[in-house]
Amino acid sequence: MTMQRTIIALTLAGFVAAFGAPAFAQDHDTPQPPRIKWSFSGPFGKFDEAQLQRGFKVFREVCANCHSLDMVAFRNLGDAGALGYSAAQVAAVAAEYKVKDTDDLGNPIERAGRPADHFPSPFANELAAKAQYGVPPPDMSVLAKARTYERGFPWFVFDLITQYQEQGPDYIAALLKGYEDPPKGFALPSGGHYNKYFPGHNIAMPPPLTAGQVTFDDGSPATVEQYAKDVAAFMVWAAEPHMMARKRIGFQVMIFLIVFAGLLYFTKKKVWSDVH
Amino acid sequence: MSGPSTYQPQNKVLQWIEKRLPIGGLIHSSFIAYPTPRNLNYWWTFGGILSFMLGVQIITGIVLTMHYTPHVDLAFKSVEASMRDVNYGWLLRYLHANGAAMFFLAVYIHMLRGIYYGSYKEPREVLWILGVIIYGLMMATGFMGYVLVWGQMSFWAATVITNLFSALPGIGEPIVSWLWGGYAVGNPTLNRFYSLHYLLPFVIAGAVVLHVWALHVTGQNNPAGIEPKSDKDTVPFTPYATVKDGFFMVCFCIVLAWFVFYIPNFLGHPDNYIPANPAVTPTHIVPEWYYLPFYAILRAIPDKLLGVGALGASIVVLAFLPWLDTSKVRSARYRPLFRQFFWLFVIVCVALGWLGTKPPEGLSVLLSRILTVYYFAFFLIILPLLGIFEKTKPLPNSISESVLGAKA
Repeated sequence: MTMQRTIIALTLAGFVAAFGAPAFAQDHDTPQPPRIKWSFSGPFGKFDEAQLQRGFKVFREVCANCHSLDMVAFRNLGDAGALGYSAAQVAAVAAEYKVKDTDDLGNPIERAGRPADHFPSPFANELAAKAQYGVPPPDMSVLAKARTYERGFPWFVFDLITQYQEQGPDYIAALLKGYEDPPKGFALPSGGHYNKYFPGHNIAMPPPLTAGQVTFDDGSPATVEQYAKDVAAFMVWAAEPHMMARKRIGFQVMIFLIVFAGLLYFTKKKVWSDVH
Repeated sequence: MSGPSTYQPQNKVLQWIEKRLPIGGLIHSSFIAYPTPRNLNYWWTFGGILSFMLGVQIITGIVLTMHYTPHVDLAFKSVEASMRDVNYGWLLRYLHANGAAMFFLAVYIHMLRGIYYGSYKEPREVLWILGVIIYGLMMATGFMGYVLVWGQMSFWAATVITNLFSALPGIGEPIVSWLWGGYAVGNPTLNRFYSLHYLLPFVIAGAVVLHVWALHVTGQNNPAGIEPKSDKDTVPFTPYATVKDGFFMVCFCIVLAWFVFYIPNFLGHPDNYIPANPAVTPTHIVPEWYYLPFYAILRAIPDKLLGVGALGASIVVLAFLPWLDTSKVRSARYRPLFRQFFWLFVIVCVALGWLGTKPPEGLSVLLSRILTVYYFAFFLIILPLLGIFEKTKPLPNSISESVLGAKA
């Protein structure tokens, strides 16, 4: 047994030495995005309605000029665990948008949006979307789940337990603030922008946020820092609109399973007591 | 399934049915009276867990099918729409995706338990081979299911894996076109993967019936690795095994629920939330975690054909295990050397899995090669030789002696 343990210990040590060290060293020119304290992290995490509303305002006034939000309908804004809008507020937001449709005679028309409509795309088609920056701005519906940064060994093992899964919004919030002048010797292709958090640093999107650009109704500071954080939170909601229900039901399921497992454990002990 | 049943129903209706179709007797002898060794530990509960997981996958899968559209332009959106607009659609989808991962976790534990305790040895060779077939079917089903999402990783995994067949000289290219139903992964590919992904789970279910049948003919192996000799060595399946399996199954569900409700995307790749785009190749194409060790073996070998051959051999070699392991002693409990090589094998598999995620360059390639050599050496050199040279510990006279001796 001792021999066996020694072998395992040595192998594990070699494993950590071989992979742990490079994990610390790799990509030293791309810093890790700072961890932000999100209201929705952890097993009891909940969206902050005010934050989602602020993030939505940033999205509408800034991001939506180029980014679509195809999979989200206006009605979703008023769903449980969302922005907390009333039916009237949802209808009012929808009505501010122009949606393409056809009339009863089949003629193409533009009409005011209704709660059942999805957010219209800012561009007519993908080629039009591509025209300005060379790449189409990605749809923002699931972007918070489609972006991450490498955690490396052993951190991803700890994430399993700590439930850290906000790499997406952490990265997005950092990226929005990550624009700088390129360091000396960095050959930035024309039309590119230097961003210290973007893999390869050459991002097509120009710096989207400037201080004072959006005025919040709740008096939150009009800083790039605040915008970046709020819009990242909004994107998490857009990507995972049922997150609060998921975590709430998850807690109920956990309680049930743990109690059930406990009952079964003692039943098993009773049943087996005459065997051992 | 083990000989004529002594089952005598009291109920008149059941008696009438039993005379015409003895299904009650079959159930009774298979799941109630069936004798199980009294010394089984919790590693033996994974068979039941796997049956349960197959059920979970089939049920969630059938409902997801009702909301899925197998078309390259609509598949990704239909998956997202099912998570947003279908009642508890997010739960079904996360259960199915994480359920597949937990299914593989359970099957790996089940297989390693079989290796540790020599469960494949005479007379259980067919039982083991049926298990290897089920595992192969699971790999095919899991892969095709991953493609159905039609994200970037789905598309590029489909491209990489189907392209493996192009390594075959001469017939490779025609085979790949035939698999694709075209000259690239496209709509025909997605449609046939969808069809097969629906079919194969039922083939698995059929193979599971054979697997359980074979199990009930030979009886279970046990941690002592010796056959039961008297009634004192066994307990009836119900209530003993049912309550024990049930308890551990619920514990396993806690792990599953942890993933589903709290970290549903932990095991997935973020790139698969980007819709499939044949014009953009992801920086690193990585399979799901449960294929990573085999992916590392594939990439460890510089020649494409040999790499594909090694990948195939690394799975097929499992079927020959009953004859590669020459030791007469089953359980690692009484095989001190085998036990060390076994744990080293487990570590090598995990390390290969880690290497599968790394870009194939520098140190990673070298390590993958060393570990690949150990993977094959374990089966082809170490196991045959150990049976000849290893000095095993004395076996207990009976199962009950091994249990009571340990307690005293």
